[in-house]
Amino acid sequence: MPEDRRIAVDVRDAVKRYGDFTALKTISLSIMDNEFFTLLGPSGCGKTTLLRMIAGFEDVTEGAIFLFDEEIEDLPPNQRPVNTVFQNYALFPHMTILENVGFGLEMRGKSKSEARKSAGEMLELVQLSQFAARKPSQLSGGQQQRVALARALAPQPKVLLLDEPLSALDLKLRKAMQLELKHLQRETGITFIFVTHDQEEALTMSDRIAVMSSGELQQLGEAREIYESPRNMFVADFIGETNLLEVSVDAIKEGRAVCHLGGGHELTCNEVPGVDVGAKVHMSVRPERLFISDQKTESESLKGEVKENVFAGTDITTIVDLADGPKFTIRTSNSDRGNKRIFEPGNEVFVNMEQGAARLLVD
Amino acid sequence: MAGGAASGGSATTDTYAEARNWLLLPSWVVLLGLSLIPVGMMLIYSFLTKEFRGGVIWEFSFAAYDQFFCDRGLFGDEPCSVEWTYVTIFWRSIWQAGAATLLSLVIGFPTAYFIATRPEKVRPLWVFLITIPYWVNLLIRTVSMKFLLRDEGPLNSFLMNIGLINDPIHIINTNFAVQLGLFYSYLPFMVLPIYAAVERYNFALSEAAADLYAPKWVTLRRILLPAVKPGVVAGCILVFVPSLGSFLAPDLLGGAKNFMIGSLIEEQFKGNAGNWPFGAAASMILLTMVLIILLIFVRQQGKAEKGAG
Repeated sequence: MPEDRRIAVDVRDAVKRYGDFTALKTISLSIMDNEFFTLLGPSGCGKTTLLRMIAGFEDVTEGAIFLFDEEIEDLPPNQRPVNTVFQNYALFPHMTILENVGFGLEMRGKSKSEARKSAGEMLELVQLSQFAARKPSQLSGGQQQRVALARALAPQPKVLLLDEPLSALDLKLRKAMQLELKHLQRETGITFIFVTHDQEEALTMSDRIAVMSSGELQQLGEAREIYESPRNMFVADFIGETNLLEVSVDAIKEGRAVCHLGGGHELTCNEVPGVDVGAKVHMSVRPERLFISDQKTESESLKGEVKENVFAGTDITTIVDLADGPKFTIRTSNSDRGNKRIFEPGNEVFVNMEQGAARLLVD
Repeated sequence: MAGGAASGGSATTDTYAEARNWLLLPSWVVLLGLSLIPVGMMLIYSFLTKEFRGGVIWEFSFAAYDQFFCDRGLFGDEPCSVEWTYVTIFWRSIWQAGAATLLSLVIGFPTAYFIATRPEKVRPLWVFLITIPYWVNLLIRTVSMKFLLRDEGPLNSFLMNIGLINDPIHIINTNFAVQLGLFYSYLPFMVLPIYAAVERYNFALSEAAADLYAPKWVTLRRILLPAVKPGVVAGCILVFVPSLGSFLAPDLLGGAKNFMIGSLIEEQFKGNAGNWPFGAAASMILLTMVLIILLIFVRQQGKAEKGAG
């Protein structure tokens, strides 16, 4: 990725209030050109509000929004060169698929025949050419979804906004569409801003993710960074599964914090600025970063007893209870089971992890 | 229809068949007793001979229809030439009812849209407010209208007082007064179905249109209107049909010049001067006409929908 990429959408100190209720509390973020950017958070976190502010459906209480250096927050939606894929598609029921896809082109001043031609090409791109003459109600959910996508892409927007576009699809179709969307974004080079509450979906598709909760930006970063170095408890808990434990910092040496888990168990964690010796903080460690064995295999190792095994297809989840200490959830992949011993409940085991797998969280 | 299917389908195995037929009784009473039988009676009466003090003589006759369509001179012994009197009244009625419907649509649509876009909690209140005037008898409302509109009435005094006009505008006894009266009589029948349609409308469609660069009026014309068309059509029918047969507004506001079918029919059944077979015949012709107009309307609808598909 070139360093001199332009900023596609720049949200500067945007606030959204409905009467006394503040839906968005001073959000600033820059979305780069050609980026697959995801706004992720639970329902009511303000992600859809922010998207609708960029689209122009909600006005901005305070702050500004720039689209490629042009200030747009006062423009009505029909004058913003962005298009939206709506959650329930919002296809025009009385128009054919071709007319739906051609609508935006026609509104941008293209002649009917030109609009038809470009719409036809768009339908080819999403492999729905044979349905051009049908009405939306005659299509399946997945097909409607692709029509909505084609309709939004047809006028070649500068930025495409996607409001939970996959949430109405069943799991298999959703997985397929995730890949298709990702490909489409790479092919067209259009900036995608994607809103979802599904963290797995966000991790699969995004270049960068903005995690939001209660109207605030919790963390912004690349998918891997968000997953592996969650900044706070909310992010650690919301993204993926994790072992979230309350620990106290016993000592800090060589940039590492020695954390006490209770019952005399100790772990080395990353050091976080502002956390001093004696502080009680939270620590997160992902279940797949833990390995069970009958001996100590890594520098970080904790002794405990197997309580339960849960088989879940691709992997096995084991719960290990440390003597007088907390419980750990450990995930072992099912793929190379042949090399691994399955420990039964009651077995004495060691829970091993690399240094750095356990992360301290601020607030 | 439903009754037919229930008894015709699997009567031998269906243990509820009998109960079902009984439960369907009210709809049969309504269908047969309150619409088919009365219309049938009217059809029969239109082919009977008139009795001079009202009522009929049970003797088959085309006289009523002959009177409607044929001019046979002063003594009734000339060959049939076209009688324009009643056709003119019919034409005027259609025109007046049409104008009243258009007026109701122009006022009713924005009203309905306004109500449907209020917060959900206050919508019933607005609907309630719309219907309040209609708790008052139609006759009283029409008389009040006459009072309001006459030359010395509040409307004219107000307009003269603010200096907009120097002489009163003659509204009473004009076509416009009748249209106003009809409009006021049937406005809720326009507002309510359109309100119901707009309330069901998915406003995300309007957002989608705006998102795709459509200006507001294009969104209204190409997205909202097609979506709420069934409500608009229902409203138009509900205003047009009763307006066509109305007699209070034309009588009280239109004067003798602006006679409409409703008044013509009413006169045939009132007092001793009436002519029942003629009234029945005029009603049958009105009914046929309304049906034809509705059929054309529905046909056009179907065509428009197919054309789009």
